[in-house]
Amino acid sequence: MAIGVKVMRRPGAQVSYVRATLKGMVLTLQHLFRPKVTMQYPEEKSTRDWTLSPRWRGTHRMLTDEQGRAKCVACGLCPQICPANCIKLVPGEDEQGNRYPLIYEIDEFRCVFCGYCQEVCPEEAIHVGVHYENSEFSRDRFVYDLERLCAQTHPVSTLWDPSDPKGE
Amino acid sequence: MTFFIVSSIIKIIVVFTAIMVGVALLTLAERRICAWMQDRLGPNRVGPQGLLQPAADGLKNLMKEETLPAQADKALFLLAPAMSFVPALLAFAVIPFAAPLPTRWGDVDMVVANLPVGFLYILAFGSLGVYGIVLAGWSSNNKYSLLGGLRASAQMISYEIAMGMSTVAVLLLAQNVTLTEVIARQSSSLFTWNVFPLSLAFFIFVVAAFAETNRLPFDLPEAEAELIAGYHTEYSAMKFSMFYIAEYSNMVTASALMTTLFFGGWDVPFTTWDNTPPWTVWKTLATLAVFSAKVLFFLFLYIWVRWTLPRFRYDQLMALGWKVMLPLALGYLSVIATAIWLLHDRLAWTYDTRFALTLFALNVLLAIPLFFVLDRGHIVAGSVAPEGGNA
Repeated sequence: MAIGVKVMRRPGAQVSYVRATLKGMVLTLQHLFRPKVTMQYPEEKSTRDWTLSPRWRGTHRMLTDEQGRAKCVACGLCPQICPANCIKLVPGEDEQGNRYPLIYEIDEFRCVFCGYCQEVCPEEAIHVGVHYENSEFSRDRFVYDLERLCAQTHPVSTLWDPSDPKGE
Repeated sequence: MTFFIVSSIIKIIVVFTAIMVGVALLTLAERRICAWMQDRLGPNRVGPQGLLQPAADGLKNLMKEETLPAQADKALFLLAPAMSFVPALLAFAVIPFAAPLPTRWGDVDMVVANLPVGFLYILAFGSLGVYGIVLAGWSSNNKYSLLGGLRASAQMISYEIAMGMSTVAVLLLAQNVTLTEVIARQSSSLFTWNVFPLSLAFFIFVVAAFAETNRLPFDLPEAEAELIAGYHTEYSAMKFSMFYIAEYSNMVTASALMTTLFFGGWDVPFTTWDNTPPWTVWKTLATLAVFSAKVLFFLFLYIWVRWTLPRFRYDQLMALGWKVMLPLALGYLSVIATAIWLLHDRLAWTYDTRFALTLFALNVLLAIPLFFVLDRGHIVAGSVAPEGGNA
């Protein structure tokens, strides 16, 4: 063989095509009646075998206090740590000297969903969420403003903790 | 005469519609059964259990753009889908699908055309089907399509011989080429179904029929791994769909042939109540149901085998066709012809259960060396490197 093809030697005496075929057909016939693994997605969002992890990092959610105001104190840590630079924060201050965000926007298209904003937040205000259905009709709808972030209701992520790797 | 024309036209319309609907549902059945075999659910969104999926597919294909390659031979390119589609349907015309239906004007044979040469007609039209594929491959002016077309014709020639040989055995036993006679001959008891006296011929016929219809493990003409999609690479929209309809129509016809030649056609097993006049509507309906059930079983077999076996390599296909199937069919034919001559002419037995069971015993004797000795390493010769040489 000119180009050095490796020829596999097979145990020819033991190969039986017809019986191997029949064996294979029995196998496929058994599979025909097995329970199916398909999850009917839009109707079924989780099955016994598959649920979304509580550590899933999806689109953000801003938590609010009892008066319905965002917990954010506009400290500026989250835009500082954000590796994708997707958080826009303009701080403001009310008459009592409390800082609050005048503008707080997250561009979900730029976001890499690392979850650093949630980790760094001293007030536990901004969170990444356990959520993944985000379709919109236009790109600019993916810049979530403060009102929208507060209005989200999905559960928030419980991030992975290196000192507690199993989440206990 | 008027009665003949009217009844023929009605039969043509009914059979055509039944095959087209059957083919549409068969595409769905193929997809769902393959899904089930892979532990999935398959298409189940369009209509109840996905029953309207074929309609959605058809609509999609009608709406899609018809492409025409610039260098293609236009006339043949347009003709090819029809050329593959028409013979598939024509072959069904001589297959009897039920007991005769009594009407006020006389009995109507439940076969579109009760041709005296029925069987030869099927062989003729069965081989015509490959023209569509070859023309499609050639007129596309595309290397891969051409290779697909060439493979189809080579494969057709190789397996046509084995197929013809295996059916000659049936004709020897039936002493006739008219399919209604072939069925009548089989219907006296369950064991006179040709699958018992001619089991190995049935086996050869099934393998050859899979090759003739280009179904896995013989779908070399459209081997997508090496030929993109083979002969229909350049086709789009409804013309592409026509090739699929042709493939499935061929499957239906081949299944109907297996039923007719080897499984007693429309004969209801275990009784002879259905094969004798007076004909009634109930007999027609019962035999039609039995015929459909048998055909459906073979269609399921097609799908079942397709989703079980991988494709042959081209040299394996040719080696199997010429080195195994042809000598096997020839040898078998001479053995069975001698046996029939002995039983029929020398011992003067009539064709009944005793005759059939004797031949069945002979088949079992032949099958033992075939499947336990010959099969070891020889059937797919190409997969085994020869001793000493380097393949």
